[in-house]
Amino acid sequence: MSVLIYIDHADNQVKKSSLEALSYGSDLAKQLGTEADALILGTVEDDLALLGKYGVRNVYQVSNPQLNQLDAQVFTAVIADAISKTGADTIVFSGNATGKAVAPRLSARLKAGLVTGAVALPDTANGFTVKKTVFSGKAFAFVQLLSPIKIISVNPNSYSVKEGSGSAEISSLDITVPAPKVKVTATNKVSGSVPLGEAEIVVSGGRGLKGPENWGMIEELAGLLGAATACSRPVADSHWRPHHEHVGQTGLAIAPNLYIAVGISGAIQHLAGVNRSKVIVVINKDPEAPFFKQADYGIVGDAFEVMPKVIDAVKKLKGK
Amino acid sequence: MKILVCISKTPDTTAKIAFTDNNTKFAADGVQWIINPYDEWYALVRALELKEKDASTVLHLINVGGADAEPVIRKALALGGDEAIRVNSDSRDSFTIASQIATHAKSVGYDLILTGKETIDYNGSSIGGMVAELLDMPYISLATKLELSGTTATVTREIEGGEEIAEVSLPLVVACQKGMAEARIPNMRGIMAARTKQLKVIEPVAVEALTSISSFGLPPAKAGVKMIPAEQAEELVRLLHEEARAI
Ligand SMILES: Cc1cc2nc3c(=O)[nH]c(=O)nc-3n(C[C@H](O)[C@H](O)[C@H](O)COP(=O)(O)OP(=O)(O)OC[C@H]3O[C@@H](n4cnc5c(N)ncnc54)[C@H](O)[C@@H]3O)c2cc1C
Repeated sequence: MSVLIYIDHADNQVKKSSLEALSYGSDLAKQLGTEADALILGTVEDDLALLGKYGVRNVYQVSNPQLNQLDAQVFTAVIADAISKTGADTIVFSGNATGKAVAPRLSARLKAGLVTGAVALPDTANGFTVKKTVFSGKAFAFVQLLSPIKIISVNPNSYSVKEGSGSAEISSLDITVPAPKVKVTATNKVSGSVPLGEAEIVVSGGRGLKGPENWGMIEELAGLLGAATACSRPVADSHWRPHHEHVGQTGLAIAPNLYIAVGISGAIQHLAGVNRSKVIVVINKDPEAPFFKQADYGIVGDAFEVMPKVIDAVKKLKGK
Repeated sequence: MKILVCISKTPDTTAKIAFTDNNTKFAADGVQWIINPYDEWYALVRALELKEKDASTVLHLINVGGADAEPVIRKALALGGDEAIRVNSDSRDSFTIASQIATHAKSVGYDLILTGKETIDYNGSSIGGMVAELLDMPYISLATKLELSGTTATVTREIEGGEEIAEVSLPLVVACQKGMAEARIPNMRGIMAARTKQLKVIEPVAVEALTSISSFGLPPAKAGVKMIPAEQAEELVRLLHEEARAI
């Protein structure tokens, strides 16, 4: 019996969303009176012993470089093998792109109940019930896992990273890696920008900005705040911004600490993807815009006049 | 080429979300039902485009649901597809649903199975991956593009901060999202044709559920918005820094 946390990585580094999963898994192990271990497939430059700071005892590694590229089928086979070797019975993933590809496969393979989109630690007083978001963030469901092995996939930005001290024991697992069927031929990354799903702060623009040529102020503010940029659906549909920036019910659902919406009306479908943000700021020239009802701070005004003032004030704050 | 598209019925995106029976059931009264947007706009329309390129393609739709799902299945058939299969089960457990789809898929032997990246009600993002595992097929999630050339698929999928392009040979399961295709509206001919297309109802196989929903809840309402005059926009920055501690 133990908790096993799957560690995802890219560009030789452990992902922030995995640190959240680690903190979640370690806290869960404490709650269950058991130990937490981590599993990493492939290789990174980070010092894996440092993952001990997040409360794990062992870091198991299958350091076959083939595993630096995702083939969900291969990963599932390897993780299933690691689970039987380590005796883990609760598996924690981050609900990021890799988690979405692998956790459901693992669930079907092990006949292990899976909850995706978890936002809190399970209630284990009476069974094993996990709170997750449903209806695109408009509601929660409490899902009971009925199987002996349980899999939890944690929503990114839903559980805070807790860093303590400690060092983990690294041990390599000897597992045969099946040949992949998925051959990655290219990876295109938007360089230098913060991935939207992991961003603490998001600056987002809507149709109120009139056209793609006016995105300079969104990008400038995002740059100053170390934020990611996002947009409403019509903005992506009109190709003012790339599709991957589209947030909402039919785009990406995000939960940053701070969401700044500029020239976005706040349609129900848009809100569904952003309403788990901790602090929401709305800048809109229409005092009746529905977004104000969901906001923490609001400014009624023309974005083209308000944004430069906000940018100046942030520059002063940051001493620039 | 045989393609299967998984179709789910979800409440309309503007539906009021509320619960009854001591918060254990979705309040479905007066709710409009639609085809899950990811299934319709991306998975189904991309399958239709592939069929348009190769007329010999057989395109089936599958839904796991009760008889009340049939209007939504007919709506999907109005967009296109040769026939639909409804597995008569109202299970809410992803593994049970995926097992029904996999059982049917095995009996037909599809080259390509498409799902949406998630349903907009339960947001499970699980069916595609589970079906792929049950059929021992490769799986691409969060796919934004899919091209076929013979029995090789070239798929683009979203990763954090970018995208990845991969080649995979069929058979294959793909979960689709934005970018895959442009939404379509059914025309009159399609709607008429859908009435006479076959909608086969099959009974589910016995599967033990791995999960069950004990209850639902709504997030707490926002405390209220603090308005800042436009002339004092810099005050917003002070509040975000000192009060909200968000920057
Ligand atoms: C099935 C379905 C799914 C959908 N999914 C999504 C989704 O995932 N995400 C999404 O975003 N939308 C989605 N939509 C669309 C949604 O209903 C809205 O149409 C959309 O969110 C509106 O985008 P917007 O706020 O940018 O534009 P608009 O609604 O046109 O709002 C523009 C806003 O800008 C303000 N404005 C104008 N000029 C200025 C100015 N100079 N300064 C300041 N403010 C200004 C206006 O007052 C207005 O409030 C979906 C719709 C459907 C039917």
